[in-house]
Amino acid sequence: MLGYYLQLALRTLRRNIILTSLIIAAVGVGIGAYMTVLTVLIAMSGDPIPDKSTQLFVPQIDVWGPNTRPKGTTGDVRLPPQFTYRDVTAFMQAHAAPRQAAMYPVGLDVTPPSGIPYSQTGRATYRDFFAMFQVPFQSGAAWSVKDEADRADVVVLGKTLAARLFAHSSAMGQTVSLGGRLYRVTGVLDAWSPMPRFYDVVNGNAFGSVEDFFIPFTTAIGHQMQTNGNYNCAALPPSGWSGRLSGECIWFGFWAELPDAAAVRTYRQYLNNYSAEQRRLGRFHWPPLVQLSNVHQWLALMRVIPDEVRVNSLLAFGFLTVCLVNAVGLMLARFSARASEFGVRRALGATKSDIFLQCLTETAVVGVLGGILGLALTALGLAANRASLGSIADSVTRLFHLDPAVIAFTVALAVGATLCSGLYPTWRATRVQPAGQLKAQ
Amino acid sequence: MLKMTHLSKVYRTEVVETYALRDFSIHVKEGEFVAVTGPSGSGKTTFLTIAGLLEEFTGGQYQLDGADVHGLNDNQRSRLRNQKIGFIFQSFNLIPDLNVFDNVDVPLRYRRLPGAERRKRINEALERVGLSARAKHYPAELSGGQQQRVAIARALAGGPRLLLADEPTGNLDTQMARGVMQLLEELHRDGATIVMVTHDPELAARAQREVRIVDGQVIDLAAQTRLVETPAPRPPV
Repeated sequence: MLGYYLQLALRTLRRNIILTSLIIAAVGVGIGAYMTVLTVLIAMSGDPIPDKSTQLFVPQIDVWGPNTRPKGTTGDVRLPPQFTYRDVTAFMQAHAAPRQAAMYPVGLDVTPPSGIPYSQTGRATYRDFFAMFQVPFQSGAAWSVKDEADRADVVVLGKTLAARLFAHSSAMGQTVSLGGRLYRVTGVLDAWSPMPRFYDVVNGNAFGSVEDFFIPFTTAIGHQMQTNGNYNCAALPPSGWSGRLSGECIWFGFWAELPDAAAVRTYRQYLNNYSAEQRRLGRFHWPPLVQLSNVHQWLALMRVIPDEVRVNSLLAFGFLTVCLVNAVGLMLARFSARASEFGVRRALGATKSDIFLQCLTETAVVGVLGGILGLALTALGLAANRASLGSIADSVTRLFHLDPAVIAFTVALAVGATLCSGLYPTWRATRVQPAGQLKAQ
Repeated sequence: MLKMTHLSKVYRTEVVETYALRDFSIHVKEGEFVAVTGPSGSGKTTFLTIAGLLEEFTGGQYQLDGADVHGLNDNQRSRLRNQKIGFIFQSFNLIPDLNVFDNVDVPLRYRRLPGAERRKRINEALERVGLSARAKHYPAELSGGQQQRVAIARALAGGPRLLLADEPTGNLDTQMARGVMQLLEELHRDGATIVMVTHDPELAARAQREVRIVDGQVIDLAAQTRLVETPAPRPPV
């Protein structure tokens, strides 16, 4: 009978093309708006490192004390999101976590063997960065512990920069001119683009591209490289590079890999002890206050997904609901107009279930067509998003695309939502009394 | 074929009870052609809807083709209606979105017959009413008389035990009405059991016998047993 219902549905939809179009438009526009916003929300709230997102932690300590502490928007305590040089150096030396890496963003001019220099973004960090964040290598590997100790001029190139510099040969073992110094290439990364770029959401552009190169933290400090990111001080630091390093200015990120709850407890204790020690030393004048956030907690704490996106998704859901309510009204009108047909069918032997399934099939067909329209509108909406964000963040735009999962979900949502909204009109249709068809004459 | 005994149908509101049928008894035998007449509001259509299992009755007994229909649920009534009863409505009640072939197909679909069997029955029914050539036409493309013939074909296609016709010529002009009436008479001659509700005394006279309903009751029980072929002797003038 399903084939018969389908055949009837297509025939009826064709016969009432205006009303049908209105219902499909109502469903399609609602689905399109909702899916556009939902796709953006899902893309932005994906887990950037699913295997380890609960094992990677950002520590926070109360570097500046309660008087200068940034106020959280909800009134809760918000500790500084970065560290001083003194703190990250202490953390690295303590080695309280199996893997750990201090880091900060740098910018250097790359001078190709032939051609003019161009500016590239990089990251100064420790070699654990690569293993900790599961960074894939195309060739080579991270620099060695000795390189870090020796402050060697070594570099790991991103895939794009390596291809740009060494289009016809292997980059391994070659040297690259960065900021006027020659760095030996120890490794070249494979494609890697965690979204959001969780390890550096403090310096803005959480959805930006991964850096073009990575150099040892110690090397960057040795070369007195300025940060390319945020640099905040509670008080004016002493002058000069040594002043920058010794002052209470925060400009370093720090991540630790803590594989289990015991490791987290131990590390928290370490942070408390460290803070208490700083207090004893007269640096901190307040009780220890520490925080450890895993990737999810950190992204939430730093409000990586803008509130606007969440609000938009709620608004879009409201809009979808309004569209579906309209669709309910239109379907009621449509089925009411066909009460005599349902009455005749009942008189000729159709059961209530037959009428219910006939109407439901028709509703599902409308849902599928609404879903197809919704898909087209979603594609348009995402294209509009790409166009509006393209100049700001190229890498964000690639998040907004219709993959098979999104397509399937959109159509399923359209059919599901339409079926739900069609239940009441369908139920009404089954209530048509066949006797009325005789008595109405 | 159709036997109602002391049947009643009451419509109740909060303040009033209205008897549409009261102590209503009728017996239609297999192969009979019975005309049911009566003034407007007398209960003719209520009788027809109850006879066609479109409506439940309040009291009494109703046996259709030997089976008591009291207490059947909605699905059972639908199935029985589909298998045993063919309806012919005053305003044809064809489905405008379906062509002639598909309109006749409707009751067969609900009987879940296989495609070949359905096609055979539809073609035979259309042949019977002389509309084979119009199978692909839509109702709007047919005259009133042709539409009623389609409705008759639809009623016949399922091979029902009982044909219920509600003012089958009420919406037709005289010529078309004559054609439809001739068709019903032919069906009767071929063995169909027909119960026809009508206002028209001429049409009623062409039935095998006439049952008159007034105020929800059959008023002349003798008429139920008097066959048209054997009229009671008239008194000498």
